Amino acid sequence: MARRSIPILKQLLSSPCSNLTATRSVTYMPRPGDGAPRAVTLIPGDGIGPLVTGAVEQVMEAMHAPVYFERYEVHGDMKRVPEEVIDSIKKNKVCLKGGLATPMGGGVSSLNVQLRRELDLYASLVNCFNLPGLPTRHDNVDIVVIRENTEGEYSGLEHEVVPGVVESLKVITKFCSERIAKYAFEYAYLNNRKKVTAVHKANIMKLADGLFLESCREVATKYPGIKYNEIIVDNCCMQLVSKPEQFDVMVTPNLYGNLVANTAAGIAGGTGVMPGGNVGADHAVFEQGASAGNVGNENQVEQKRANPVALLLSSAMMLRHLQFPSFADRLETAVERVISEGKYRTKDLGGSSTTQEVVDAVIAALD
Amino acid sequence: MATQLLRRASQILSHSSPNPSSPLSFARAFSSATTPIRATLFPGDGIGPEIAESVKQVFQAAEVPIEWEEHYVGDQIDPRTQSFLTWESLESVRRNGVGLKGPMATPIGKGHRSLNLTLRKELNLYANVRPCYSLPGYKTRYDNVNLITIRENTEGEYSGLEHQVVRGVVESLKIITRQASLRVAEYAFHYAKTHGRERVSAIHKANIMQKTDGLFLKCCREVAEKYPEITYEEVVIDNCCMMLVKNPALFDVLVMPNLYGDIISDLCAGLIGGLGLTPSCNIGEGGIALAEAVHGSAPDIAGKNMANPTALLLSSVSMLRHLKLHDKADRIQDAILNTIAEGKFRTADLGGTSTTTDFTKAICDHL
Repeated sequence: MARRSIPILKQLLSSPCSNLTATRSVTYMPRPGDGAPRAVTLIPGDGIGPLVTGAVEQVMEAMHAPVYFERYEVHGDMKRVPEEVIDSIKKNKVCLKGGLATPMGGGVSSLNVQLRRELDLYASLVNCFNLPGLPTRHDNVDIVVIRENTEGEYSGLEHEVVPGVVESLKVITKFCSERIAKYAFEYAYLNNRKKVTAVHKANIMKLADGLFLESCREVATKYPGIKYNEIIVDNCCMQLVSKPEQFDVMVTPNLYGNLVANTAAGIAGGTGVMPGGNVGADHAVFEQGASAGNVGNENQVEQKRANPVALLLSSAMMLRHLQFPSFADRLETAVERVISEGKYRTKDLGGSSTTQEVVDAVIAALD
Repeated sequence: MATQLLRRASQILSHSSPNPSSPLSFARAFSSATTPIRATLFPGDGIGPEIAESVKQVFQAAEVPIEWEEHYVGDQIDPRTQSFLTWESLESVRRNGVGLKGPMATPIGKGHRSLNLTLRKELNLYANVRPCYSLPGYKTRYDNVNLITIRENTEGEYSGLEHQVVRGVVESLKIITRQASLRVAEYAFHYAKTHGRERVSAIHKANIMQKTDGLFLKCCREVAEKYPEITYEEVVIDNCCMMLVKNPALFDVLVMPNLYGDIISDLCAGLIGGLGLTPSCNIGEGGIALAEAVHGSAPDIAGKNMANPTALLLSSVSMLRHLKLHDKADRIQDAILNTIAEGKFRTADLGGTSTTTDFTKAICDHL
């Protein structure tokens, strides 16, 4: 405890210059035992994964966050996720994960999809926003993409009908559509968001995406304070690259969410800085929000220049999920400071720092 | 279902070697400029007639040897096509081999097919080609776009095969066939070669849909082997979205299945300023080319002489290139680009005050 109060004292002494402190007084009354360190399953993963999860470990250590990691090695070329890893996540309820490479067309199903399915992590959440001080093509972007994570195009049901003709099934169920819609509206309600946009292609897939829309509309009627609208996925992508500021919370079926999240991430500053996670009723797995083209980048691995910001922000989300809001705030503030100062940035943000340099800067910026 | 498959199987047998350059278009290439080429023109609805008039004027000023056969959408359903488009109109496109189409609005109601769908199905338009390039002088957030999207247009997610399995569970079938994939890949490489492009990227999600998108990739690879001078690469769609909004200059020619093509081509249109500036051309069996404006019919400004004819004009340029009238195509394209770059005559959607007729006249003066 004493250790933790030192930084707070330090902050109070130097507060007039920092804008995020002092003004807010939160009376947070923890239950006895809430301060006990919590176990979190850690999967370093492939490619840049070990590098960026290492960064998180260092920062957590430096800020004395009340979490400790149970580390498991999982790699994309494994047949399936080892049983002990699943057990560990089931026990700890929370997991932090680097990227897992998915081999192309090798008959191996994606481990990411397996994890989501097995733990029933039905919602994927990616927050795409402009970081202060980081110049991008678009301003005022603050989009939360909430994506259905268990069915749709990712059902994995495919077969060859006759030679040269292949079918793949997209499955949409009322149950899953309803629960993702509920989650999206609940998220908007709890986070003071004003609008939920459903992304679809119901003009072509009248039944499948029609069912998704129907579910969204039903749920929307229960939240009269939140505006609801619908947009066709192709138009959505076009609007994203021209007027992204019109979007707030988006709720999507599986595949569209993948595309929309990566497009939005690209607009707001790149996949290297966007936090995200997968969450179900019982468990949550936190990872980089949009991972496109990140996992397998050999160059970044060799030179140790991967951007740790996305996973650091994701772990701030994790801290908040574990009910450690002040730790989450401290971590986020530190990361934002480093970015807006602009001295230590990795190559994808126009700098030349290594991962370690960014980590050291974040640790130095911790209050 | 069974009949569908039978038909597909018989198609595969009968078209075992698709050939994009038909004898028809070869004959065209050698025809002298004195005998006019006949082409079908669908002015379409809303602003359609105005912008079609603009194309006619520019073609006349540029002395393009084309004789238009105008066809309008009927006000009664033609039983032979189950649509408001008459059999004669379709026959005219088949006979001429080339056509230009303005925006069409399908009247709401049952018992008939959408106009675009009728054209696509009846004329077997298997590829949709959209060149996307930044217009010099018209500022958007992206100024280095120069790419071509080629979209498979007949199958995939748009098969229209959907059903309810039990209450609350819906399936939608995505069909990928070897024949259609080879055909569009063949066209993409042929296009890249004849238009001096260096790279073809196949866009896919084969890490998840291993069999369907895997088959598409396999067909692309097969065709790529026949074109060793063209670089071939494969990009996962979410990564593609991210790269497009970060740096669109990374791409050259993109070839993709139906849904991805729909999304990516609209996203690219968003990069350069919207559908009002994007040309499009559909390629069908036997060398049929139907160029079209992909924007809506804008009934609110119809007849007010305010519409922007750029998309239809650029589409007609695509049509001329298909007819191998490259010098005329270049002249008209340069005139359009120069007029917009100069900025003196621009329509309201580009931030100017010119009328359609003034804008058209300016283009004729720039020829």
